[in-house]
Amino acid sequence: MSIILDHVNYTYSSGTAYEIQALKDINIQIEDGQFIGIIGHTGSGKSTLIQHMNGLVKATSGAIYFNGQDIYDEDFDLRNLRTKVGLVFQYPEHQLFETTIFDDVSFGPKNQGLTKDEAGLRAFEALKMVGLDESLYYQSPFDLSGGQKRRVAIAGVLAMRPEMIILDEPTAGLDPKGRDEILDLISKMHDEKNITIVLVSHSMEDVAKYVQRIIVMNDGSVMFDDCPSEVFKHYKELEAAGLAAPQVTYLMHELKERGIDVDTEATTVEEAKRSILKALC
Amino acid sequence: MSIVKAKELVHEYIRRDEEGNVEMIQTALDHVNIDIEEGSFVAVLGHNGSGKSTFAKHVNVLLKPTEGTMWVDGKDISNPIFTYPIRREAGMVFQNPDNQIVASVVEEDVGFGPENIGVEPDEIWRRVEESLKSVGMLKYRNHSPNKLSGGQKQRVAIAGVMAMQPKCIILDEPTAMLDPNGRKEVLEAVHELNRKKGVTVILITHYMEEVVDADRVFVMDSGKVVMDGTPREIFTRVEELKEHRLDVPQITLLAYELKKSGLDIPDGILTREELTEALCRLS
Repeated sequence: MSIILDHVNYTYSSGTAYEIQALKDINIQIEDGQFIGIIGHTGSGKSTLIQHMNGLVKATSGAIYFNGQDIYDEDFDLRNLRTKVGLVFQYPEHQLFETTIFDDVSFGPKNQGLTKDEAGLRAFEALKMVGLDESLYYQSPFDLSGGQKRRVAIAGVLAMRPEMIILDEPTAGLDPKGRDEILDLISKMHDEKNITIVLVSHSMEDVAKYVQRIIVMNDGSVMFDDCPSEVFKHYKELEAAGLAAPQVTYLMHELKERGIDVDTEATTVEEAKRSILKALC
Repeated sequence: MSIVKAKELVHEYIRRDEEGNVEMIQTALDHVNIDIEEGSFVAVLGHNGSGKSTFAKHVNVLLKPTEGTMWVDGKDISNPIFTYPIRREAGMVFQNPDNQIVASVVEEDVGFGPENIGVEPDEIWRRVEESLKSVGMLKYRNHSPNKLSGGQKQRVAIAGVMAMQPKCIILDEPTAMLDPNGRKEVLEAVHELNRKKGVTVILITHYMEEVVDADRVFVMDSGKVVMDGTPREIFTRVEELKEHRLDVPQITLLAYELKKSGLDIPDGILTREELTEALCRLS
């Protein structure tokens, strides 16, 4: 499965005084099984971009291809696209609504037209994947903790068996342990189910640790699109765009300037540790 | 002198069924003893559900103790005659900037608080100007808040609290929804208020990096204060923090890992500069 965005432009409130061009000539190709991070300051176009990927927002100009098919074709099944490309919004726990966790998670597959049994099976599988304790399945989702609610919301998307999941800041507001748990879960979905992941995040440290490729958005355009070590080399330009590099990247540059021969491409604690030990021992 | 003092503070959330019988009791604060010095910058850490926000809500009497006592500026919060005076002295800023802006123009939003308590118009304008200036938002005074970035909105919210001229400001995860730049702006504004105006700051956060410059850190777990000390003292105890579902700043973690691997580095490194120095001394 692949998604190709070809010269995509998007303008909000076109033709009025409030016209804003949110996306400018975006060209991106997302291949099967990738783990991608999208970073960018507030208002840089990240959310608009991901809403294009499952057809929630229609580009003002340009084309989007899903598995080689133009999604704006009249006979293209957008409904099918939305089950294949799952979108987890910010604070997804606000969208829980059913009386039990199990019903909430099986709502999506039921809507897809599956039988009650099939939908239940999918829900069971998804809840198991997100690691929620079985004793909770028939409880109200509203009695769960923030981190647990979020996992139920992710299970709701997983139950549709998507080929790709886009998550908009899935760790916002969680404590460090809860953050690690959600990120480990996302990483597990990628590794075990081979689901393509697109992760929108404000945490450079998280992005550096988990993703293979980073797309940096700035003022509606793609500023960088590369692997983490390449992207964070441009830390000065990132700062100008309201972002930053992970703390360790700065440290490595400072050490290098002071004459210690470390690898300035290190972006995680693990990489930095190895490089420093190698340089000093 | 202490501005906020809690003695054996207990808060229980009680859920009742339809007949009014007690269905569940959840102890959110379990005999908390805290003493916060006037003019200090205090951070409160703890995982989701550890009781931090419940504690914060007592400081401006959004909640009242089930047992025990809390004093804000010497006034007992359980006494209803002090409710409004305390709310003027202890202002609160919440997580979501969109939930706390009420007016359609920035300066009117900031002036809303003082207007409500009957401050003279001239004085209101003076306070609005001063508050917006202190958070670096004066040039946006005539803007519409919904066109501002998250960090700017939070600074407007802080200005709104400052216009009440409080002695103490409580920020409950004010940066959770912001991008790195917005986070930096808000923190700088808060530190500036603490330094220049001597306002006591109580910052609740999940970002360990934001705690490094605090005077004192409290760690909460299961409604209790489980750790209490300077950031350096707290962040030296990496394993203990992990048990409380927390972590340490990335640089502190790296220093800790390097030390474990045998490098001779001091405990409790908090900043890049400190680690750079320590490593340069070794080479």
